[in-house]
Amino acid sequence: MHVPDGFLDAPTSIATGAVAVVAVGVALRGARRELDDKTAPLAGLVAAFVFATQMLNFPVGAGTSGHLMGGALAAVLVGPWTGVLCVSVVLIVQSLLFADGGITALGTNILLMAVTTVVVGWFVSRVLIKLLPKRVGLVAPAAAIGAFLSVPAAAAVFTALYAVGGTADISLTTLATAMLGWHTVIGLGEGAITFLAVGAILSVRPDLVYAARGVIAERDLVIKPKESVA
Amino acid sequence: MSAASKKAVPFKWVALGIAVVALLLAGVVSYYASANPDGLEYVAGKTGFLDSASEHGAADGPLADYGTKGVDNERLSGGFAGVIGTVVVLVLAGGLALVVRRRSAKSDEA
Repeated sequence: MHVPDGFLDAPTSIATGAVAVVAVGVALRGARRELDDKTAPLAGLVAAFVFATQMLNFPVGAGTSGHLMGGALAAVLVGPWTGVLCVSVVLIVQSLLFADGGITALGTNILLMAVTTVVVGWFVSRVLIKLLPKRVGLVAPAAAIGAFLSVPAAAAVFTALYAVGGTADISLTTLATAMLGWHTVIGLGEGAITFLAVGAILSVRPDLVYAARGVIAERDLVIKPKESVA
Repeated sequence: MSAASKKAVPFKWVALGIAVVALLLAGVVSYYASANPDGLEYVAGKTGFLDSASEHGAADGPLADYGTKGVDNERLSGGFAGVIGTVVVLVLAGGLALVVRRRSAKSDEA
């Protein structure tokens, strides 16, 4: 879903750029609570994995393809604030080094693929994990559902942005229908990849999965000492 | 899940596993990825606003469009680009996370 330069007009791109700067700034503060000596390297690895997986476009029919966005995946594995940072780094590298996603559209792409997918993916999987029985085996399905919904959510945000600042005169109903339709199908792939990746980490080291921490603590009654108070 | 053994897999092995999988996906598997336009590009084409996209400022860069300039073999060109990108993202995101993290008094090796 990398938006190129020119799809959205300058005022809209400047506005999304400003929102992205604020979001990344807030995420930098929030991520401090999520990151320690162990999880910081993990965040780098998760970002690298998201970059690699974004290269793997999978066919979704009718000559269309989709790829992972990774916001939900990153949020579940390393926490939502860190997740925003991970996907933002991926998008910046893609735009500047690989000419994938416009440079003036960087704010738009961060808003769509780093912020929207993390917010929706994290919120949905978090609510599901809270509601479902506290079992480690249910964390990956919860993450998958969050990931699935995060993709049409990003498509909806793009459509809304296009309604405000799209440069071409097109039918917004057609745009909304097509964007939501295709990205619901692509979302299935997002859910599947997220399920596999989260499930893989859970099977070897459930304690490394940020979203599973509450579940494990409740299950095994492990009392974790608070890290240094300062 | 069945093997919920007491002794945990060391963190370094998990880290190495993720790194190897990422490098293989970006360096090798990416060659087999679908070349079809992605959802947005496809919809833009169908709806009639794909033409409004302007030339990318970094379109002439050495790694533009996930190919390595000067490498003719398609498999190698894409593979190099994927591996370089994965390493760059790992270093930048990992470095950023290390700077942002809260430091514990004692460093615990796992």
